[in-house]
Amino acid sequence: MSSRIFGSRIRRREDPRLITGSAVYTGDIELPGMAHAAMLRCGHAHARITRIATEQAEAAPGVVAVYTGADTEGVLQPMPCAWLLPDAELKIAPYPCIAKDVVRYTGDVVAVVVAESAHEAYDALDLIEVDYEPLPAVTDPEAAARAGAPELHAKDINGDDISGNQAFHWTVAGGGDVELAFAEAEADGVVIRERILQQRLIPNAMETRGAVAQYNRATGELTLWNTTQNPHILRFLCSVVTGVPEDKLRVIAPEVGGGFGSKIAAYPADFATVFCAMKLGRPVKWIESRSENYQATTHGRDHVQDVELAATKDGRITGLRCTVYAGMGAYLSTAAPGIPTILHGLMLSGCYTVPALKEDVYGVYTNGVPVEAYRGAGRPEATFILERLVDMLANRLDMDPADVRRKNFIPKFDDGHEVVTTLNYDSGDYPGALSKLLEHTDYRALRERQRAGPSNGKYMGLGLTSYVEICGLGPSQVAGAIGFQGGLWESAIVRFHPTGKVHVFIGASPHGQGEETTFAQIVASEIGVDVADVKIFHGDTDSTPMGWGTYGSRTTAVGGAALALAVRKIRDKAKVVAAHLLEASVEDMDYEDGRFFVKGSPDRAKTIQDVALMANVAWTLPEGVEAGLEATTFYDPPNFVFPYGAHLAVVEVDARTGHVELTGYTALDDCGPQINPTIVEGQVHGGVVQGVGQALWEGAAYDEGGQLVTGSMLDYALPRADQLPDLDVISTVTPSPHHPLGVKGVGEAGTIASTAAVYNAVMDALRPLGVSRVDMPLTPERVWRAIQEAQGS
Amino acid sequence: MFAADFDYYRAGSVAEAGRLLAQHPGAKLLAGGHSLIPLLKLRLAAPPAVIDIGRVAELRDIAIEGGGLRIGALATHAEIARSDAVTEHAAALAEAAGQIGDPAVRNRGTIGGNVAHADPASDLPAVLVALGATLSVTGQGGERSIDVGDFFTGVMMTSLGEDELLTSVRIPSTEGRGTAYAKFSHPASRYAVIGVAASIALDAGPGEGVCTDASVAIGGLVPRPVRCSAVEEALKGRAPSGEALAAAAAAVAQDLGDDLLGDVFASADYRRAVAPVYVERAIAAAVGQATRA
Repeated sequence: MSSRIFGSRIRRREDPRLITGSAVYTGDIELPGMAHAAMLRCGHAHARITRIATEQAEAAPGVVAVYTGADTEGVLQPMPCAWLLPDAELKIAPYPCIAKDVVRYTGDVVAVVVAESAHEAYDALDLIEVDYEPLPAVTDPEAAARAGAPELHAKDINGDDISGNQAFHWTVAGGGDVELAFAEAEADGVVIRERILQQRLIPNAMETRGAVAQYNRATGELTLWNTTQNPHILRFLCSVVTGVPEDKLRVIAPEVGGGFGSKIAAYPADFATVFCAMKLGRPVKWIESRSENYQATTHGRDHVQDVELAATKDGRITGLRCTVYAGMGAYLSTAAPGIPTILHGLMLSGCYTVPALKEDVYGVYTNGVPVEAYRGAGRPEATFILERLVDMLANRLDMDPADVRRKNFIPKFDDGHEVVTTLNYDSGDYPGALSKLLEHTDYRALRERQRAGPSNGKYMGLGLTSYVEICGLGPSQVAGAIGFQGGLWESAIVRFHPTGKVHVFIGASPHGQGEETTFAQIVASEIGVDVADVKIFHGDTDSTPMGWGTYGSRTTAVGGAALALAVRKIRDKAKVVAAHLLEASVEDMDYEDGRFFVKGSPDRAKTIQDVALMANVAWTLPEGVEAGLEATTFYDPPNFVFPYGAHLAVVEVDARTGHVELTGYTALDDCGPQINPTIVEGQVHGGVVQGVGQALWEGAAYDEGGQLVTGSMLDYALPRADQLPDLDVISTVTPSPHHPLGVKGVGEAGTIASTAAVYNAVMDALRPLGVSRVDMPLTPERVWRAIQEAQGS
Repeated sequence: MFAADFDYYRAGSVAEAGRLLAQHPGAKLLAGGHSLIPLLKLRLAAPPAVIDIGRVAELRDIAIEGGGLRIGALATHAEIARSDAVTEHAAALAEAAGQIGDPAVRNRGTIGGNVAHADPASDLPAVLVALGATLSVTGQGGERSIDVGDFFTGVMMTSLGEDELLTSVRIPSTEGRGTAYAKFSHPASRYAVIGVAASIALDAGPGEGVCTDASVAIGGLVPRPVRCSAVEEALKGRAPSGEALAAAAAAVAQDLGDDLLGDVFASADYRRAVAPVYVERAIAAAVGQATRA
């Protein structure tokens, strides 16, 4: 096989099983004697539990047991928060698996029913009597931080007071004196101020969450099948909560139907399921309904942002100052504190030279579903701030938004550039990306067309985003410094069988990203085997080496590097064995496309298959060389990787109704060398569409009492294919200088860029009507009202 | 996630369905199931029995009868949308059926179920009102016909008797008329936020013609479909030019009444304000069809 397999558009090997319905998900797991659990969610945003009576439910047909917080208290440890943000006055509130005294969001579990069938378990939920004394609720993060707001938690886990619902206060500051920059801009420049609401989003993975737990009382071993993005982290957390030792715990992530961040966290319901299985000595399955998913699986975003940009009169940025209230929901989810801080604030200067910057982020408890990572996780919220402000600056100065961007871009660099937040970007050409995008889309002609004015009441708008994001999380040393309670390396085991077939075991846990295909391409290109001869194993903590999971666009960037290095170790050993078989010295050996030969004699070669056979049978091996052909690598990246790009959205707004139509979208992304361009494009498509969803349609809404108004897909509007234009996806290729394959990561890029691009386009369209701000999602009514107000009617 | 327990019966014929309905008070009829099943699973409905009429073959036909159409209650939205007979004789109905939900919904959902469910946000009721449809029903008391204008009585309420089954929808000839449907679709549910159906006749004289008859109905924002008589009156006797259409569309304000529906996505006030846009689109499209007719 040729090394050209790297970069080829082979079809995803995952698809046949997914398309034909033969994939095995958590919900498909059937075990002998298995019982079924259903969770009683409280349905109250904030209330005190005054009485729970379970007798009727216990007596219902098929019911095996009913457990409440009184049963799990002291048995299940509180849910751990695994991102202990330093220097941020972090206050972690107690987070029980089953609430016993107070419930703080409608999805809080108050009881679990186990029955012979799922149907019987759900029937019995209606028979549990719970008396609640309602307490005042608050779901808006800024309102929750105000004096006099209802308080969710009195004390944190250390017994310290929590006041003003504040979970943390984190600050990032860098560069020159930001106050001075603003004072100067006030006196002799421009200051742009904006209030941005990054609404709450519901992740909506195709597969809802679920768990199957099997406990062997004789051996004390527990197996947990779970819809997780990170089985190894879950094993660790499950051990902490349930007390089952890590060596007796096996976590299996079978086929996982998407996550978008919502399957990073460990969840109370999963451990409640484990509790039931241990208590009953029977396997127990719990599968979430879609309604339950909306009420209890983590949400994303939920920022209230007050942002300010200082600039000179000719459009040069001099300072950026932001205050953010980030809704955390009722409790701190597993990785939650790091999302609106590390993954957000550190990326706030984007592609630009920002001489002075300061951001204050207040993490706030609210009576909503806990907020976690959601595709992009902090970076879309940062990109939006900057890209919106840059467009507003352009409007204020009557410049083209592209020109303001050009004026402030960090110049092209290919081996490191330290920015104001102290991050060291690896490589990038932001001006080049924008230029190529504008040329490709004939931006000038589009502006010409726009200048012709509205046609038939429809106003055209163009919206740009230039973005850079942080991927490949990350060096473990940094993980420690920023309070992440784990490492961030990845591992791979590569094993050659006697016939030259390859098994690869990785610690990462792909769940839709196609890495069974791209990782096989990495192996094939590194050692010249046929891509079909490589099988990728993942998602089982008993058979795969430790790894930290699939999120943050890190699996290819970090896990892919581990894999490439492991294969290179194999190649080194194979070269020694081949030299021995050819009776040559190792120094004289050459390698090409799976063949080892003496330099200058490519016709007399040993193939990797020859070597695999000899290494495995070990009839003759060089002195000191062990039998077998296998290698393990733990790759801890020296730095993050920083993909970037530029996107253009074209919209038409119907001023009579407020309807927005996305008529064109071009994405230029640079994620370094592409292992499989089709898969890259698929990631961009999905990412862009999710970001467009935030701009135009999606938004989780709570009413004043803290009830989720958008509780189903009848109300929560996901993007659909017929609302979207054909996406034009192009790229540039700038390798990361520090990565073994040069690759960066592309899973979140589309989402990070597209929300701001579409929003900017709509505001660009509305500019002649005097509108510059509408809260997202940009529903027809909101747009229409903004137009009415601006027109003074 | 799981429906409450119910008894299930499958009817092999209209007569058997009628008997089962009479035997099981409170029973619900199951056709395509796209309204009933979600209600059952969310436990918003818990009937003691469900009578499945999905395989009653005699209810499936779409036929041309006396110049008009007879559409069996079990004809699916997809069948209606792609039916040549419907496209030719009641274009607005084909158009509306093709905009319901998504392909999966259209392949299962039926016209009878849709109409009998009487969801105010449904597309078909307004179309049937504009087309002057008649509904055939059968029950213990025998068969009868109900004018569609008398059928819808409120939000999810109809004049269908407890023991009655809707068997077919009859649409009179639209010969020489243009019909069209304009919709403001909810981005999540795909139900009609506003749906307007129009059926318009023009005189056959030279030039652009004068509107001799108009039948316009609006749904989505009202508890039950409303016949837009003010719009119709404003159209009749006038040449349907741009300004006249806009003026006629604006007259919908007089037809809407005070009881408008709204939700978190689109308030009642907003729907009222933009309703004329959709009325104008529907009547303009119907005029276009009529001109070609």
